[in-house]
Amino acid sequence: MSEQAPAPERADATSAHPLRAVVLAGGLTFEREVSLSSGTQVVEELTRRGLDAELRDADAELLPGLAAAPADAVFIALHGATGEDGALRAVLDLAGVPYVGSRASACRLAWDKPAAKSVVASAGVATPDWVALPHSTFRELGAGAVLDLMVARLGLPLMVKPASGGSALGVQKVSRVEDLPAAMVSCFAYGDTVMVERYVDGVEVALAVVDLGDGPQALPAVEIEPESGVFDYASRYSPGLTEYHTPAQLPDDVAERAAAMAVRVHEALGLADLSRTDAIVTPDGEVHFLEVNVSPGLTETSMFPMAVEAAGHDLGDVLARLLARRAAAQG
Amino acid sequence: MLPTSRGAAHVPSWLPVAGHRLLKVATLPPGSPAGPGQPGTHLTTGAHPHVVPRHPRLDPLADRYAARTHGMKTSEIRALFSVVSRPEVVSLAGGMPAVTALPLDAVGSMIGELVSGMGAQTLQYGSGQGDPRLRERICDVMALEGITDASPSEVVVTVGSQQGLDLVTRVFVDPGDVILAEGPSYVGALGVFQAAQARVRHVAMDDHGLIPEALEEALIDCRAAGDRVKFLYTVPNFHNPAGVTLSEPRREAIMALAERYDLLVIEDNPYGLLGFEHEPMRALRARNNQRVIYLGSFSKTFSPGLRVGWVLAPLAVREKLVLATEAQVLCPPSLTQYAVARYLDTQPWREQIKTFTELYRERRDATLESLAALMPAGTAWTKPEGGFYVWLKLPHGLDSKLMQPRAVAAHVAYVPGIGFFADGNGQEYMRLSYCYPEPDQIREGVRRLARVIEAELDLHSTFDKVDTGTFRAIPPVPGHEAETMVGPANSDTYEDGR
Repeated sequence: MSEQAPAPERADATSAHPLRAVVLAGGLTFEREVSLSSGTQVVEELTRRGLDAELRDADAELLPGLAAAPADAVFIALHGATGEDGALRAVLDLAGVPYVGSRASACRLAWDKPAAKSVVASAGVATPDWVALPHSTFRELGAGAVLDLMVARLGLPLMVKPASGGSALGVQKVSRVEDLPAAMVSCFAYGDTVMVERYVDGVEVALAVVDLGDGPQALPAVEIEPESGVFDYASRYSPGLTEYHTPAQLPDDVAERAAAMAVRVHEALGLADLSRTDAIVTPDGEVHFLEVNVSPGLTETSMFPMAVEAAGHDLGDVLARLLARRAAAQG
Repeated sequence: MLPTSRGAAHVPSWLPVAGHRLLKVATLPPGSPAGPGQPGTHLTTGAHPHVVPRHPRLDPLADRYAARTHGMKTSEIRALFSVVSRPEVVSLAGGMPAVTALPLDAVGSMIGELVSGMGAQTLQYGSGQGDPRLRERICDVMALEGITDASPSEVVVTVGSQQGLDLVTRVFVDPGDVILAEGPSYVGALGVFQAAQARVRHVAMDDHGLIPEALEEALIDCRAAGDRVKFLYTVPNFHNPAGVTLSEPRREAIMALAERYDLLVIEDNPYGLLGFEHEPMRALRARNNQRVIYLGSFSKTFSPGLRVGWVLAPLAVREKLVLATEAQVLCPPSLTQYAVARYLDTQPWREQIKTFTELYRERRDATLESLAALMPAGTAWTKPEGGFYVWLKLPHGLDSKLMQPRAVAAHVAYVPGIGFFADGNGQEYMRLSYCYPEPDQIREGVRRLARVIEAELDLHSTFDKVDTGTFRAIPPVPGHEAETMVGPANSDTYEDGR
């Protein structure tokens, strides 16, 4: 059995204390439960690595708590708006609290799926054609005419998604035109803008990217094969309902292109430390960007930890190093 | 079909070799000249002597579960409920009794004394049927609802009435049997029936409870279809989730039908003593001691955390229930049984129930007044005379499950109606619980809910008008493709592949 590296210590070299990490999880979002699960997992991993790790919600107690007991670095395991839209990170910047992950401005971009697709497409990455519209556009111009144009342009099936958010919440595949209005109604319950995307058939893969200072590097792709055929909320978080192949069962050249694409997405959006890009690989090996997560799931059924393990490495060690690097940069 | 292989993985050079927790190991094929971390390095997953490989479905037992557990999975509804724990959210969802209205110091002292003074009994195993002293007191409680002929020997103490329902279902129901139940029905009962692989047939109810004519129709249908109806499950008082109470004439009518059609009735009565307007109604069991099995609970009149309920059943049934409970839990918890018995012996529990009902009445009033003032046209709701719940019907076409994310974003929670039906109905309904939040919180919660419903109506007014038959396929104008069109996803060849 190989030895583990010693636990990272505080940036202050004179201190013998282990690095103190505050792990943020929970939040007031649709993904609170997933986030709490991620955060609990992160705390366990960091504690096992010898760090002084504490789980905290992003609530009114957070800033006083960080002032009273400063963290060497914060790990953001919040999913959904609070943790991924950049707002909380902007506040941590104001407070001078170092944190792992992308900066506020990059998060704002990645959080907005249509905006992120535009940037990624401009960088030469293939992504399914799409249109994103608020409810007001349908109301003012007439839903029928606008939906007509969408179907004519994007064909069927279509993917209907909230313009922001994760865990496949609100995402639907629509195969029949008569189902589209109802799909729009249920998707608008998640937010005021809906993105309708051309459906691309193929294998769904998750591509984790990590940067410990030598530039972003892709981990082995995780291939997702849900039993139901749809990688929805239940398929993501109920063990047994989805088969994961790690590394993905892709030809070498396709796997390399997928990895290169994930790194390009990470760079094009100006992301930092870690990200997870979700993509579709078509039967003839084309890789299509779907979306990127700046705060990837770290639960027991999440793909980022699988990718780390598939690379032959230890999740706690990777997270501890990311924290140590941010703490050192602040110090 | 493309040939597949273990993909080329890019292993960052900074990653150290993993330690003991490594689940899956990337190793170089023998003789490969490339070192780990070099681009293009081909990796294989190999067995490691010290690690357990991760199962591809994350569950090595995935193919071994009982058929009845196949439907058990996490859900979006459950996920959305997790925000309820945040104080910003007004929860009209949970049915949690207001236990802080109890004399907590007195109860605390009482339980402390039970351990310090009677630990030899209270911390020991007990009888499978339950503590005899408690069973006597349970008979006193049931007398308040007209059950005066019950003997302690007919009472089985259970871990909440939920276990009682599970025991009764185990004792009577085979897979495929039919259970009649109100539509809607208590979600916890539906879970028990599903686990028993029973088929639930819902029977319609209205403001006066279960409709006898609908019950008779169901019985006739089942008889004609050759279905074995094992029992009727009913919550006659302050129904969960509907909030309505079975009227006196209907109680008589339903018991007459039970006689005529040889029907067993499971009377689940956790809320019967929590009426706001009148004295408790006479239980179904008080009218027939052979055709009714009665489930009772201290969860709403004392404490749900103690998990003490009971079943009152004819002697032959009782015998089977005792054997079943011994197989399941050996005996109900001794300490909490003693706690309930001591509470009934030494504390003013009838006055405490009055305290509870006053508190719930105030909250019910806040709910109904707010609903009347704020709900948009087309919304309707029941007016409970006791218990915890209002059953609300949304304007036509709205779906309470689908609009739940909007409600979470607005910081108000409810239970979508679909959970209270075994047949997928209930989309237009929701359950609102007024038992836990303070009246001001209730008013704020209803205000938020009204805004959510209005926004949903606005959305529907946009999309409901769409006649999908009028969709026209408008081809894109050549040369005017959107700038966002990048790569093969936009090429026609991909449409052929679907």
